[in-house]
Amino acid sequence: MTFRMPDPLFGALAVVAVVLVVATAGSSFSNPMRRRLHDAEIRVGIRMWWYLIGGFFLALIVSRTLAVVALGLVSFVAFKEFLTLAPTRRADSKVLLWAYLTIPLQYIWTGTGWYGMFIVFIPVYVFLLLPMRMVLLGETRGFLRAVGVIHWGLMTTVFCVSHLAYLLVLPDLPGLKNSGVGLLFYLVVVTHFNDAVQFLVNKRFARHAILTGVRPGLSREGLFAGIAMSALAAIVLAPLYTPFTPMQAGAVGLMIGLFGFIGFVAITAVERDLGVAESRDFLPGHGGLLLRLDSLMFTAPLFFHFVYYLYY
Amino acid sequence: MRKLLRMLFVVLVARPIIMFWLGLTVRHRERLPNRGPAIVAANHNSHLDTVALLSLFPLEDIPHVRPVAAADYFMKPGLMQWFSLNVIGIIPVARGGAGTGVDPLEECYRALERGEILLIFPEGTRGEPETMAEMKSGISYLAKRSPTVPVVPIFMRGLGKSMGKGTFIPIPFFVDVFVGRPFSWTGEKESFMERLRDAFVHLQKKVPAPVE
Repeated sequence: MTFRMPDPLFGALAVVAVVLVVATAGSSFSNPMRRRLHDAEIRVGIRMWWYLIGGFFLALIVSRTLAVVALGLVSFVAFKEFLTLAPTRRADSKVLLWAYLTIPLQYIWTGTGWYGMFIVFIPVYVFLLLPMRMVLLGETRGFLRAVGVIHWGLMTTVFCVSHLAYLLVLPDLPGLKNSGVGLLFYLVVVTHFNDAVQFLVNKRFARHAILTGVRPGLSREGLFAGIAMSALAAIVLAPLYTPFTPMQAGAVGLMIGLFGFIGFVAITAVERDLGVAESRDFLPGHGGLLLRLDSLMFTAPLFFHFVYYLYY
Repeated sequence: MRKLLRMLFVVLVARPIIMFWLGLTVRHRERLPNRGPAIVAANHNSHLDTVALLSLFPLEDIPHVRPVAAADYFMKPGLMQWFSLNVIGIIPVARGGAGTGVDPLEECYRALERGEILLIFPEGTRGEPETMAEMKSGISYLAKRSPTVPVVPIFMRGLGKSMGKGTFIPIPFFVDVFVGRPFSWTGEKESFMERLRDAFVHLQKKVPAPVE
């Protein structure tokens, strides 16, 4: 009989699951803990991590393909939410159905590992075909705004999110089992760790406010703490899930810290522009899902290309 | 048989379209009447309105939920008529049928007496997407005849955008449904209609419209 080291991915998922059970039980039973976990941000975070952990187990145990399909559904709901909030012209209803059709297609390219198509489909072909279909309607008023809104929505909610799924279909790297799932786990953990550090530091130690026009409560301290802690977390976790050298991991951490923040403020700016209320109720259809995905939508493609350029 | 068809329609068509393809946020679902007789009054912008309302009710109630629909449109002989009567379970009402000697609402009175839940669109027609038209007073006759029956106003936003007049494939959009407080016959037609209009004005404010 040989003793095997437990798979770091399963180990980490088990730890996360235990933390979730404690947090969920704590927020529903114990009073002092409930008060601490009362914050809507935290409760929503707990709920989202339940979904995430389910998704990772799906990818590891059941099937990668199903996990890709699940991410396709995330894109579907996110794009639907975006279109519900964004202004669309009534004339464009047929164009919108075509826009929705790009979601299954993009995830077919992803699931089958057709990299060339995956990477050009939405940025090039859909970008050119959408205005063609639209001009056939013969309505020129609001044309640029409509085509811009639809394509921006597809780029963020479908193209960027599909990079999470493409990580899953990357072939295993030498010496790393389930390396695709591991890389995705690493990206999601560092991105959310960055979000959490920025949130907590902004809450407790904010001195120098930044971007007050976008959202109150952001601070330079939060931003720098987030970037620094992301770099640290990225370096510590790298040997378990990635082929990165410490230098590379540090660079990835800095990148995730900075662009997670940029994604967060950019999506916040979009929601403000669309008139989404300040006190969001986190409901799907009211900006709830976009808000959950904001930082990941920006870090996913950057992380993906970092890995892809260096190791594939 | 009719019962089964109607329940199958709700499980296999109405709920998947409304819950998955579109996506529904319901506020104050607890104000929905869970047993008849009751009158549910909703704004009307799309064929999906009836489908969405049907998806709100528990399955066992479906056989007692009866959409009131225009006879001239839905009773054209053929597939439409069969579908409307057996699958949707409509009560056909002749538009502009007052003064013909037969009360066009006769069937509705019977249904309320049987303890059924009527779904009624007081605007009478789908009209322009996402705008409310002037309400017809037909509903006041129902309330007057059954003064203790609760009238539940429901405001829905997004269905006209998803599948307005003239389109037949629903485009996925999230839909907001706000159920208002039940009220009943006020004693006279004018004040009753005023009460109903106020209810919709109030609900419209609760469901914010997206910016244009």
